[in-house]
Amino acid sequence: MGVEGIGARVVRKEDKRFITGKGRYVDDIKLTGMTHAYFIRSSHAHAKVKGIDSSAALKMPGVVAVLTGKQLVDDKVGNLICGWAITSKDGSPMKMGAWPAMAPETVRFVGQAVAVVIAESKNLARDAAEAVVVDYEELPAVADIQAAIKSGAPQLHPEAPGNQVYDWVLGDEGAVSSAFSKAANVVKLDVTNNRLAPNAMEPRAAIADYDAAEEHFTLYTTSQNPHVARLVLSAFYNIAPEHKLRVIAPDVGGGFGSKIFIYPEEMVALWASKKVGRPVKWTGDRTEAFLTDAHGRDHVTHAEMAFDANNKITGLRVKTYANFGAYMSLFSSSVPTYLYATLLSGQYNIPAIHAEVIGVYTNTTPVDAYRGAGRPEASYLIERLMETAARQLKVDPAQLRRTNFITQFPHQTPVIMAYDTGDFNASLDAAMKAIDYAGFPARKAHAKSQGKLRGIGVSCYIEACGIAPSKAVGSLGAGVGLWESAEVRVNPVGTIEILTGSHSHGQGHETTFCQLVAERLGVPISQVSIVHGDTDKVQFGMGTYGSRSAAVGLTAILKAMEKMESKAKKIAAHALEASEADIVIENGEFKVTGTDKAIALPMVALAAYTAHNLPEGMEPGLKESAFYDPTNFTFPAGAYICELEVDPGTGKTSFVNFVAADDFGRLINPMIVEGQVHGGLVQGIGQALLEHAIYDANGQPVTASFMDYAMPRADDVPSFNLSHTTTLCPGNPLGIKGCGEAGAIGASAAVINAITDAIDKNNLEMPATPDRVWRTIHAA
Amino acid sequence: MYQTTYHRASSVDEAVSLFGKSSEAKFLAGGQTLLPVMKQRLASPSDVIDLGKIKELQGVELSGDTLTIKAATTYYDIMTNADVKKAIPAIAYLTSVLGDPAVRYRGTIGGSIANNDPAADFPAALLALGATVKTNKRSIAAEDFFQGLFSTALEDGEIITAVSFPVPAKAGYEKMRHPASRFALTGVFVAQTKSGEVRVAATGASQSGVMRVPAIEAALKANWSPSAIDSVSISASGLLADIHGTAEYRANLVKVMAQRAVAAAS
Ligand SMILES: Cc1cc2nc3c(=O)[nH]c(=O)nc-3n(C[C@H](O)[C@H](O)[C@H](O)COP(=O)(O)OP(=O)(O)OC[C@H]3O[C@@H](n4cnc5c(N)ncnc54)[C@H](O)[C@@H]3O)c2cc1C
Repeated sequence: MGVEGIGARVVRKEDKRFITGKGRYVDDIKLTGMTHAYFIRSSHAHAKVKGIDSSAALKMPGVVAVLTGKQLVDDKVGNLICGWAITSKDGSPMKMGAWPAMAPETVRFVGQAVAVVIAESKNLARDAAEAVVVDYEELPAVADIQAAIKSGAPQLHPEAPGNQVYDWVLGDEGAVSSAFSKAANVVKLDVTNNRLAPNAMEPRAAIADYDAAEEHFTLYTTSQNPHVARLVLSAFYNIAPEHKLRVIAPDVGGGFGSKIFIYPEEMVALWASKKVGRPVKWTGDRTEAFLTDAHGRDHVTHAEMAFDANNKITGLRVKTYANFGAYMSLFSSSVPTYLYATLLSGQYNIPAIHAEVIGVYTNTTPVDAYRGAGRPEASYLIERLMETAARQLKVDPAQLRRTNFITQFPHQTPVIMAYDTGDFNASLDAAMKAIDYAGFPARKAHAKSQGKLRGIGVSCYIEACGIAPSKAVGSLGAGVGLWESAEVRVNPVGTIEILTGSHSHGQGHETTFCQLVAERLGVPISQVSIVHGDTDKVQFGMGTYGSRSAAVGLTAILKAMEKMESKAKKIAAHALEASEADIVIENGEFKVTGTDKAIALPMVALAAYTAHNLPEGMEPGLKESAFYDPTNFTFPAGAYICELEVDPGTGKTSFVNFVAADDFGRLINPMIVEGQVHGGLVQGIGQALLEHAIYDANGQPVTASFMDYAMPRADDVPSFNLSHTTTLCPGNPLGIKGCGEAGAIGASAAVINAITDAIDKNNLEMPATPDRVWRTIHAA
Repeated sequence: MYQTTYHRASSVDEAVSLFGKSSEAKFLAGGQTLLPVMKQRLASPSDVIDLGKIKELQGVELSGDTLTIKAATTYYDIMTNADVKKAIPAIAYLTSVLGDPAVRYRGTIGGSIANNDPAADFPAALLALGATVKTNKRSIAAEDFFQGLFSTALEDGEIITAVSFPVPAKAGYEKMRHPASRFALTGVFVAQTKSGEVRVAATGASQSGVMRVPAIEAALKANWSPSAIDSVSISASGLLADIHGTAEYRANLVKVMAQRAVAAAS
């Protein structure tokens, strides 16, 4: 490893611009002649739009246009799509209600847009929006899963009777039934996985710029995957063919999944820009973020686990209701199915698993992938079940896990996934040692003497990242392939540009991707730049989500690097009159091994571009590209242990210690990995203790601001104790597994297991607010 | 935000006269309540008159047994003031757990009590300590000043200039923070005056705003100790209930916070 190579704790290159206020976000961009959009949104959870009167608004100062959902439909702008087809157990395709970008007839959640005002400034647009009169006829609404599936419940979409999107199953029901019939013990658990609002620091924004002469659109947008956005906007929404649409995702301030999707606002901005003949900007505010960014989680699950007399798991049966909100968002259908049920084996040998997932429409904000996407729900369920089982079977929870750990790899689970490698005992050992698990009873007794209830909770998570082998996901219904592309351009002066289909919105790609180049060529990372987020600059790529950018995106860069290096070696060998096989690359030079003959990279590059003396038949230039399609998912895994105290007087939780032992395979930059883990753990703890997107029974959001929705703050979380136990991923040449979501996947179960241990009551829903914990402690 | 005209007043008199000249003016202090409300377009003052730079509204004075805090003094300045820490450390503590650093650097005691949010911290201190609110027109006892949710004895255009607190024998404050806003989910201020009177005020608990808690006052009058409160029962009726705390939970917090405030009192 060089000082800036793989494994080095290199300071993030991009931070200089971020911490000096020089980041360039969508809202920082100002185009000549730009107008501003303000959306008129429904304040009803469910209503008919009987009419929209914009006559007064049109007369207001600075108003350019007021556009409605009806005009959008008249102009044949396509409805929003869901890109993953799920088939119900009866063989029928999932039942999708139409989702126009602005509602022409019916609104189905609070915040759904019905019209947009385009004006000279945002404030003028907002002034005029208040003068637009929308005539609604209120309809009965339904917000939670239980209410939505009852007979006689208000119906959202005629296409989906009973508000049911699908009833999907995975696994061998017969094998599971037989396991349960022979079981020595059965453990049952009902859990709710609370709905979360993603709350990226930067709200969503878009600027659309239509060039009438070229019939060409440019869209600046807060996207995690600009190429996917362009594809969807072109192929499904009739905005423009791909070569007439450029999508730029500049600096993006966090996404956590919520910026994967193509939202109504971008579509409307594009369409409106053509209509008014001027650029149109929309920047969401925090309230709009709460109302319209796709939410996460929201499951209600009943699960049962069968054990034999030796405490070995013999079967698992899961029935989950997943709340999709009012419409099926872009990847929503896959989240509670192929990203959830496929992980229900956890770290354990479970011979038979059966899962049934029922997707439900409600009059709430659409739900889609949010950091972890399906895997946190699976991990939380399994780890709460293991804890419940340990309590019921009266065995140590760590020991019960060890009894059931998978120790032989590869391991085929009964739910599609084939785990390639791992060492679950090693991470549990490391976590137990770090927290002094053996010393816990003494600490608990001491805390008790101080009037505090102390608890410890274990969570052994596994997830599937490196998303994903295209053929595999295609066979499961995905509408896209999940490979990644890269291009390496060595400039004539020897500096290097890496063009990647991955997109950094906080992950630090501008640093870690350079570290690979530094590792291979021995050049300083200052000589390398990363280009991403612009469909005109970068060839088609799939973007960043599912902890895929290192395992898939960086591997694509490696493949392109290998091609480039092979050509450069030929040029060097030719110049040095040596055999290509004898050329090695060190410290930015191509050397003839065992001699002092060498030629520096800039000279090789120059030779490639002057082309005065290249090997016979070689093309000039030094630029290569590659597409990499992974062969399997990757399987990051680890053990988290949380020790905390509960104040019996107030129900408030205080952390004593939180240890995380993760296996992410090879680490490119341990400092950045730690940052990713910290952020993930905080989101997991946020879900466990604080965060909950709540609707009242009529579908009115109760938590649409930071004064009500409790985001974790620095003083809500402990100082984390992190370590790594590494098994290299055999599926990719760098041995990388991915680290972006682990914290959010594993943390919440550790926290709830610890609180329920402290208060000696097993059932406690998230978020474990002080009030809820206090009531649970004092419940009869 | 709607269009508005901003004025920076340099004296209380100027502020009063500016107020008189405009149609629907609002005074601005730290802006921690008023500005978010304006940004959400829930308030549309024609004019905003900034009191923040008025010299005579700044600072703390300790004279004999009276601590006076001028209205536009920020929480941060109160929290770090030597006289406050010496005379009534419970007030310094209260400001240290109020909101977050940004709120503490900007927000003011005058703005807090003028707003009289049912979950604000300062109203509890004023009520428990028997403070007097000074305005450009008169002096108002805390008892009479707070008149229910977001409502006070202030008249239109009346400016709070200071709050004066009799220095108590002992006082303490404890609060359960609202997990999202950091306001008081419930906070209790306990005080024992130099004449031996016990006064206890709870904020964040009641549907009608800051309140005295006579049952706890009586228990503490008999025996100034946390355990004296053990047997007190607080009814949940009339208490606030929301997603962060049921009425029963708040009733419990009134007791528990009172006990902890007594334990911390000095
Ligand atoms: C995130 C957040 C957290 C908070 N947490 C807490 C908390 O934990 N505890 C708490 O108590 N508060 C909390 N607050 C509220 C905060 O204390 C406000 O600062 C306070 O309510 C208003 O004070 P201000 O100086 O900012 O007043 P402004 O917002 O400027 O004004 C508020 C009102 O008071 C009037 N006003 C201001 N000064 C005077 C005066 N001298 N005379 C007459 N009228 C006047 C104004 O006209 C306006 O109507 C929080 C606020 C935020 C944004």
